Amino acid sequence: MRSGNIFLKRNEVVFVVILSALLLVVFPMALDSFRLNLVGKYLTYAFVALGLVLCWGNAGILSLGQGIFFGLGGYGMAMFLKLEASSPEHTAIQSTPGIPDFMDWNQITELPAFWLPFHSLTLTIVAILVVPAVFAWIIGVAMFKRRVGGVYFAIITQAIAAILTILIVGQQGYTGGINGITDLRTLKGWDIRTDFAKEVLYFVNVALLLGCLLLAQFVRRSKYGRILVAIRDKEDRVRFSGYDVSNFKIFIFCFASVLAAIGGAMFTLQVGFMSPSFVGIVPSIEMVIYCAVGGRLSLFGAVYGTLFVNYAKTIFSESFPELWLFAMGALFIGVVMAFPNGLAGLWQAYAQPWFDRIGQRGAPRPISPAPISPTAAPAERRT
Amino acid sequence: MTEPSSFLLSVEGLTVSFDGFKAVENLSFYVEENEIRVIIGPNGAGKTTVLDLICGRTRATGGSIRFKGKEITKLREDKIVAEGIGRKFQNPSIYEDLSVFENLEISYPRGHSVFGALAFKRDAAVRDRIDEIAETIFLADHLDQRAEFLSHGQKQWLEIGMLLIQDPQLLMLDEPVAGMSVAERAKTAELLNRIIKDRSVIVIEHDMKFVEDIAHRVTVLHQGKVLSEGSMSHVKSDPRVVEVYLGH
Ligand SMILES: Nc1ncnc2c1ncn2[C@@H]1O[C@H](COP(=O)(O)OP(=O)(O)O)[C@@H](O)[C@H]1O
Ligand SMILES: [Mg+2]
Repeated sequence: MRSGNIFLKRNEVVFVVILSALLLVVFPMALDSFRLNLVGKYLTYAFVALGLVLCWGNAGILSLGQGIFFGLGGYGMAMFLKLEASSPEHTAIQSTPGIPDFMDWNQITELPAFWLPFHSLTLTIVAILVVPAVFAWIIGVAMFKRRVGGVYFAIITQAIAAILTILIVGQQGYTGGINGITDLRTLKGWDIRTDFAKEVLYFVNVALLLGCLLLAQFVRRSKYGRILVAIRDKEDRVRFSGYDVSNFKIFIFCFASVLAAIGGAMFTLQVGFMSPSFVGIVPSIEMVIYCAVGGRLSLFGAVYGTLFVNYAKTIFSESFPELWLFAMGALFIGVVMAFPNGLAGLWQAYAQPWFDRIGQRGAPRPISPAPISPTAAPAERRT
Repeated sequence: MTEPSSFLLSVEGLTVSFDGFKAVENLSFYVEENEIRVIIGPNGAGKTTVLDLICGRTRATGGSIRFKGKEITKLREDKIVAEGIGRKFQNPSIYEDLSVFENLEISYPRGHSVFGALAFKRDAAVRDRIDEIAETIFLADHLDQRAEFLSHGQKQWLEIGMLLIQDPQLLMLDEPVAGMSVAERAKTAELLNRIIKDRSVIVIEHDMKFVEDIAHRVTVLHQGKVLSEGSMSHVKSDPRVVEVYLGH
């Protein structure tokens, strides 16, 4: 019990196996190529939800602007793919061949300097990881060093998401405007539009997601993760125990933003375009809802919550598209009021005890009956 | 009189005003090494504010605070902690969602940077130190318990333990026995007497019996100013102290 850190608790190993089996075996076998691609798209939002579990659930920092980072990652990937799709041969009919079509339509005659690094896949991947981290770092330093937190932080992130959307829409010649960056075709010559490519990308996406989940779990398990909980609980006490609290907040915000950016990049690859409609206020809030429905304290819950809400959204918007926003608002209020710990909370309250009983049936009975009173409940086991 | 810089803590001309209201005004006092100083005074006298000023929670409008001869008036809170000042809050301030062990571990003086905390290993040194502290604060059998479920007195001890593990040179305790049972008070007095070796302590307390038990010197605050200072018997016989504080 008091031996060194282990990576996962026994329980969690089971959860990882179940989730991997569902995503890597059950879905690919049960779903046709179109539906599988849809699930892959949903799962890109799960990266954001994982980050929100750490940032919001653990550290108590609610960001209503995670679309910013999802968008930065998505646009980074889209810029690379767009440049590849805009080779001089493909764009021979343009007045300036070799630049993306939307630039040509906007009378731009030369590729803007900030597009140049996106000729290289390596630089693109670096940009996808580093640009959101730096951006989050700047926001984090500006906010947390000045001890701005809580609702103010949420509102400011939301404002930044709105500003970024306006910027992207307004700078049509550089960004593709409201339509986004579309008509993406190949990745290093490999056609990403075929069913086969989509299946491969689905598996790449799942592998990355599981990797990020384990990494996030490592962060939570470390002393750093417990300090985040302590900050959520009693920020002053942490400060007067000798920690520079702002650095801890900045780091987790940056970490969550990088996760979101990876999701965004995978979104672009699987869906084949990126647009401002995945950056602004509404998508950012939707992402928080995925996390809330799954249970903001559970990384696994975040993945299931994302799948569940998106599935509901797809079903719902096929029949009553205009009602979806109301339904989602109601879902959010319902979850917050009735199930503050989301699906994961329901699992812990109802399903987990049942499994524990089954697990115990074979084992010898404890001599003294287990204490029932909540005051005797042990804290999260030291590992 | 000794040269001020030879004191562990020198507070001189300290003033803070909240929107024009001077909660602490032109306050000076000195704490020696290994001294137990008790601050008493009526509610609202500014006792808690003085501790807030020393540990950097509130910023002084004027005056200076020197610790081991170093000016700390403008230092950031965690830097003040690193200098060797630990502070216990008036209401138990612990992490309710974490276990007693984890509460103590967070205060352990290692791995205080982001990456240090990520790489922190719970090795034998950490475990031994936590066991030792838990023994001292009467919580050895509660290490795995969620802090939320401790009694009020146990929470106070836990917070004292969190300070002890930092091994500060100056320990500041704000009403450590408030709300404790008689038995818990006696145990706390015993605890304090044990932990004051090799450090100075500033205690704010109302319980006069408790104060008599532990104080070397007593400072009486009234309306943000020092009303009287000296040994317990000196302070008790000071007519001004009797009038504003001990009389009722
Ligand atoms: N941050 C603050 N803002 C405004 N007034 C404050 C603040 N902190 C303390 N005060 C005021 O300063 C006075 C002294 O408070 P305090 O130091 O808590 O007294 P004590 O601990 O001696 O009971 C009180 O009148 C209190 O209302
Ligand atoms: Mg007080």
